[in-house]
Amino acid sequence: MRVPEQVSRIAVVVAVVLVGAVALRFFIIPQSYFSTALHRSSTVKREAARAVHYAGAQACRECHQEQFDAKAVGNHKNLGCETCHGPSAAHAEDPSSVKPEAPRDRKFCPVCHAYDPSRPTGFPQINPTSHNPLKPCVSCHNPHAPVPPQTPEQCSACHGQIARTKAQSSHALLECTVCHTVSEEHKKNPRSALPSIPQARDFCGRCHGQAAGESSAPKIDMATHGGSYLCWQCHYPHLPEAH
Amino acid sequence: MEMFREIMGRVSGYIYPNEIEINWSILIVVYPYLTGLVAGAFILASLVKVFNVKELQPTYRLSLLTALSFLLIAPFPLLLHLAWPMRSFEIFLTPNLTSAMAMFGFVYAWYLMGVLLLEVWFEFRRDLVVLARETKGVLRFVYRLLSLFSSDISEAALAFDRKAIRFITIIGIPSAFLLHGYVGFIFGSIKANPWWSSVLMPIVFLMSAIVSGIAMVVLLYMIITATRNETIDMKCLDKIVTFLFYAVIVDFSLEFLDFIHRLYESEESIQILGQLIALRLFQNLVILQVLMGMLVPLAILVVVELRRFNDDMRKLLYFISVILIQLGIFSTRWNVVIGGQLFSKSLRGLMTYKMEITGLEGLLTALVLLILPFVILTVLVRILPIRRLDQQALPPG
Amino acid sequence: MDRRRFLKGAVLFLPACGLLSTAAQQALAAAQAKNAAAGEADTGLGDYKPGDHWYGMGVEIDKCIGCNRCVEACKAENDVPRDMFHFRTWVERYKIRHDGEASVECISTQQGKEATPEADQDVVRTFFVPKLCNQCAHPPCTQVCPVGATFPTEDGVVLVDKERCIGCRYCIQACPYGARYLNPLTRTADKCTFCYHRLVKGLVPACVEVCPTQARVFGDLKSKASRLVRFERMNHISVLKPALNTVPKVYYAQLDGEVR
Repeated sequence: MRVPEQVSRIAVVVAVVLVGAVALRFFIIPQSYFSTALHRSSTVKREAARAVHYAGAQACRECHQEQFDAKAVGNHKNLGCETCHGPSAAHAEDPSSVKPEAPRDRKFCPVCHAYDPSRPTGFPQINPTSHNPLKPCVSCHNPHAPVPPQTPEQCSACHGQIARTKAQSSHALLECTVCHTVSEEHKKNPRSALPSIPQARDFCGRCHGQAAGESSAPKIDMATHGGSYLCWQCHYPHLPEAH
Repeated sequence: MEMFREIMGRVSGYIYPNEIEINWSILIVVYPYLTGLVAGAFILASLVKVFNVKELQPTYRLSLLTALSFLLIAPFPLLLHLAWPMRSFEIFLTPNLTSAMAMFGFVYAWYLMGVLLLEVWFEFRRDLVVLARETKGVLRFVYRLLSLFSSDISEAALAFDRKAIRFITIIGIPSAFLLHGYVGFIFGSIKANPWWSSVLMPIVFLMSAIVSGIAMVVLLYMIITATRNETIDMKCLDKIVTFLFYAVIVDFSLEFLDFIHRLYESEESIQILGQLIALRLFQNLVILQVLMGMLVPLAILVVVELRRFNDDMRKLLYFISVILIQLGIFSTRWNVVIGGQLFSKSLRGLMTYKMEITGLEGLLTALVLLILPFVILTVLVRILPIRRLDQQALPPG
Repeated sequence: MDRRRFLKGAVLFLPACGLLSTAAQQALAAAQAKNAAAGEADTGLGDYKPGDHWYGMGVEIDKCIGCNRCVEACKAENDVPRDMFHFRTWVERYKIRHDGEASVECISTQQGKEATPEADQDVVRTFFVPKLCNQCAHPPCTQVCPVGATFPTEDGVVLVDKERCIGCRYCIQACPYGARYLNPLTRTADKCTFCYHRLVKGLVPACVEVCPTQARVFGDLKSKASRLVRFERMNHISVLKPALNTVPKVYYAQLDGEVR
């Protein structure tokens, strides 16, 4: 059997291509080029070598122990210094020539403390347009240990969402203290001294039971209405109109 | 900021902020369109050699050359789209074996060099030798180089060529399936994108590729015979169109199955995909792709099958339907690639794609890339005879 | 050409191939040995041992006040373009109405908008959700990268090699969380690195450093004393898009079902 001429021709081409590819892959290109481990470690090295801009609160402590101590017991104890003062690694490196920012105008504090319905209930919020307009926040509140200069007169200072809801309900005219007993301590440490919450059906019955005399509050028969359910399982007390 | 407002104005609902940029542009639409034509044209060619459909012999060489010229251009949209085209060789040298896209270089190289070039060479070798003997000067050298300086055209050698072609074609069919099924897999395997993520994707891509490739060969055959003042072999044309008809039916059923399946499964994404079709893709998907690109040509082909029209009428109807099919398949590619990026992965909003005109990833580049294969094909059919030389030598009629 | 000549050719060709491949294997082994030696000499990390850590982040939805300090810190720390298109982390506001319809907006792209939004009576619940790269333990983005330019490190952070990324943007398509973008400056894929350069120095990521309410908790899951482990013990934890099986390492507490 003869090997046809065209096979030898094409075989030469194929061989040249294959040998060329093998030579390129194994001899011409340096082998380190194919090392995944090498590529990865150099990437890690490159990432690790990037400059840090935020020094971290511990770095601040080395010089600013006083502010650190004040902050440690106040309501801002969980804040990093650079939350307000901005990236300060450059300042930590060279304290005299680079100064971090220290926001003193009224624009900065509302970034966190302006009223926003999506913010968690209980987070201290104010309405920036009506809350002591034009006065810089730092004139009443020490930013390193902020406490209300006087205890808030109205619950709505912190519980804006509830106040707004209640204002549109049949309970609009009721003071918060009608249902909640609030200690003075709650105004300073809201989470450690919680106000009381009514626990039993009888509490609503004081106004809405048939026995309750005065007021125009709608009356129901406490014995039959709602069975064993608690009132607030159907009626949200801040907006009691049942849906 | 102005620009931001302008762009946000084109967004409805919620999108993740990084999603504002449409990352895969019109060039990525052109790419599967081109490879689809390659795979389709090759499958048509294989019908002659493997399945012995004798009627298709007149378009055999044309299909091969069509596949070759589109394949040569197919990688360019990808290259131009890369942010670092000069790094593209990394795909060959350090492929990430878990990546579908990393296999592109190998699938492409295998298909180009292991299948298509080999088959073209064996098919044209005899004619190259004959041409080299008949011509003089530079052209003679070109023909001799193309034939790799082989000169044996004895009957035994030609018999070997035929055997080789048959063998390569048998390997070539799964390779063509691989080439385009793989392009579908690149999209179908993205589980993050519910518009793409579907096991049917590679198969739908493959069937639509066959449809578009066959339609393209029909179109080219009609144009080339017209420009050369030759007569169209109606037996051949009717046969190709019959295959085209079957392919369109299978393709349509698969796409319909995919659609029904999504609707019935009604996953989390169904609502946003419904909005996508209704608000962003209605023209391209419902009107261009399904109605104009599929139902109308299908209807035309059904009518042609049922009624006996004369040759000229059939030619006209075939011509209209293959052009509509090209339009439809291009919209299919558009709707997959661009459509898949027009909704947010938060499944809550829709984006819009504003195509560049002059940029590197713009309309003009895409048009140039779509025209280039035809230029290559023109050169190829000038150099290489698309009919066997002895047949051409016979007096017409 | 007859069979004898062909066989002669084959006899020469095959050993030549054998020689080539042997030489190739030797070259490869030598190079690997050299790399290994080089790797041990200098990792560029000092005393830090990546294999000892496995990082994750906890996010407590009920603490987030949507102040965007994390977003600004991230942009400053990581030189992220200061435009509205590129974020390594961002904060979303959710509002869920009585009919169950949820509306979402990204408050990080709305900075400078000063007016506080009106309280909407129809809203049942509303809250903020910080988002970032989930540093998945089973990341779809590294799977699809054609050249392996993005990869998970030993300590569980997904990084991008900007010197090898070819900019095909397949990883951006594969990320279900929209956490990746093409950095216009380097023209390579970019994403949150958990501030890797800070971790190796013992610092926490910049977003965690500045979060005023400690809504973000960073920690090492390999250390039993870490804050993140405590966070996971104290809360019911969910992750985003669990059905995609990407196994995220950003853990949310009190996550609403509407968030995706």
